[in-house]
Amino acid sequence: MTIETHSSSQSSAALPMRERISVRDLRFYYGESLALKNINLPLYDRKVTAFIGPSGCGKSTLLRVLNRMYDLYPGQRAEGEVLLDGENILQPGIDLNLLRSRVGMVFQKPTPFPMTIYDNIAFGVRLYEKISKADMDVRVEEALSKAALWKEVKDKLNASGLSLSGGQQQRLCIARTVAIKPEVILFDEPCSALDPISTAKIEELIDELKSEYTIAIVTHNMQQAARVSEHTAFMYLGDLIEFNETSNIFTTPKDQRTQDYITGRFG
Amino acid sequence: MSDHTVRSFDDELLALGRFISEMGGIAETMFASSVEALVRSDTQLAQRVIATDQRLDTLEREIEEKAILTIAKRQPMAVDLRSIITSIRIAADLERVGDLAKNIGKRAVAMNGQFIPQKIASGVTHMADLALERLKTVLDAYMRQDVETALEVWRTDDEIDTLYNSLFRELLTYMMEDPRNIGFCTHLLFCAKNVERIGDHATNIAETIHYLVTGKTITIERPRSDEGYVPLEVGGYN
Repeated sequence: MTIETHSSSQSSAALPMRERISVRDLRFYYGESLALKNINLPLYDRKVTAFIGPSGCGKSTLLRVLNRMYDLYPGQRAEGEVLLDGENILQPGIDLNLLRSRVGMVFQKPTPFPMTIYDNIAFGVRLYEKISKADMDVRVEEALSKAALWKEVKDKLNASGLSLSGGQQQRLCIARTVAIKPEVILFDEPCSALDPISTAKIEELIDELKSEYTIAIVTHNMQQAARVSEHTAFMYLGDLIEFNETSNIFTTPKDQRTQDYITGRFG
Repeated sequence: MSDHTVRSFDDELLALGRFISEMGGIAETMFASSVEALVRSDTQLAQRVIATDQRLDTLEREIEEKAILTIAKRQPMAVDLRSIITSIRIAADLERVGDLAKNIGKRAVAMNGQFIPQKIASGVTHMADLALERLKTVLDAYMRQDVETALEVWRTDDEIDTLYNSLFRELLTYMMEDPRNIGFCTHLLFCAKNVERIGDHATNIAETIHYLVTGKTITIERPRSDEGYVPLEVGGYN
């Protein structure tokens, strides 16, 4: 595997990058089958890291480890370390609710709750905080604004979240994630069910969100990975094949398998 | 390299390669014929060279159009992207080679059978042979994606520069000897300069091949023989 960062070609203006999440020797099992083989990888603070690779390569699995989503399913386990600000989130006794409030997730298909737009945002906030109605109003507006949805829904906050279009629903889910004030946001193919305009809006949003959050995104759309991310990880059959600055991955990949995949010569 | 999953993409890239090789063939022939027309005072051959240039222009346009269409359709990455960009660059170089050969042809016509001293003629021919050889070698290297051969061409451009400089001095001497020589000497001087520039285009193509294969541009300076020597011609093209 090739891991390269801080290449000399980087502009000197760039601030030194801080590892927000460090994945160390991570192995993941679905029952007996090994889905991730000794993954080592950094996620940098306030940067976007993209995960690409063919179906079944382990990229979504890796994402699901980062907020221990896999804990919801029996027979799945992770070995190794995932350090979030230096603390191993894989150790037993970690408060999972707290972890998931720090590491939010947006899924492939928009999953609004069957409740009003307002409550879609407020619901999650109420789980973690007791705040007044007035503060909640502010929080809801903030979250919807950050998700670039406020202007479209401000006059119908009491309408059902399900009445929105697919692209709007996805932004509602992003607003819901942002409302809890996470540190890291995981996107699992957030645009695969969206049309090009909605996709562009989500990409624009990711671009804005990265000034505050550390972002990881799994995508099948290579151009999207090239557009939105600073770093890209290429995975194949449970291995991390190459991790590098995105500009290098898509112009001069080091590994032949990466090259074959991104140029459409795979399999 | 293995094929693309989408085979028509391979076809498009191959087509670009074929266009370049056709352009290369035409440019080589035009160049060789133009010099032959010049030293043999063959006006008819010169006219043919001039007429052929249009074909090169058309091919360059076609390559550009196909390349742009392929980028739009396939959104190529890595080596595919480089190969398309490379074809645009090399097409531009070859189109310029055609222009320069055409210019030699025009001068051959303008000189209208004027006598060229044997020594000068063989100087120009020698220089042209060298440039033509480099052009051929570098185009072969492109077809084979052979970066070593390309680099060899890139390193040895100073031979042509040296020849050009000595030819320049020679022509200067002729002009000083007898002002009646100034006319044909000036034409020949421009022709020699054109040959030297064709050599430069071969060097450009070598650099492009290096980029195509390695993904990196050559950043170090090319060896030069004309340092410390300032020809009377100022500015111009490099």
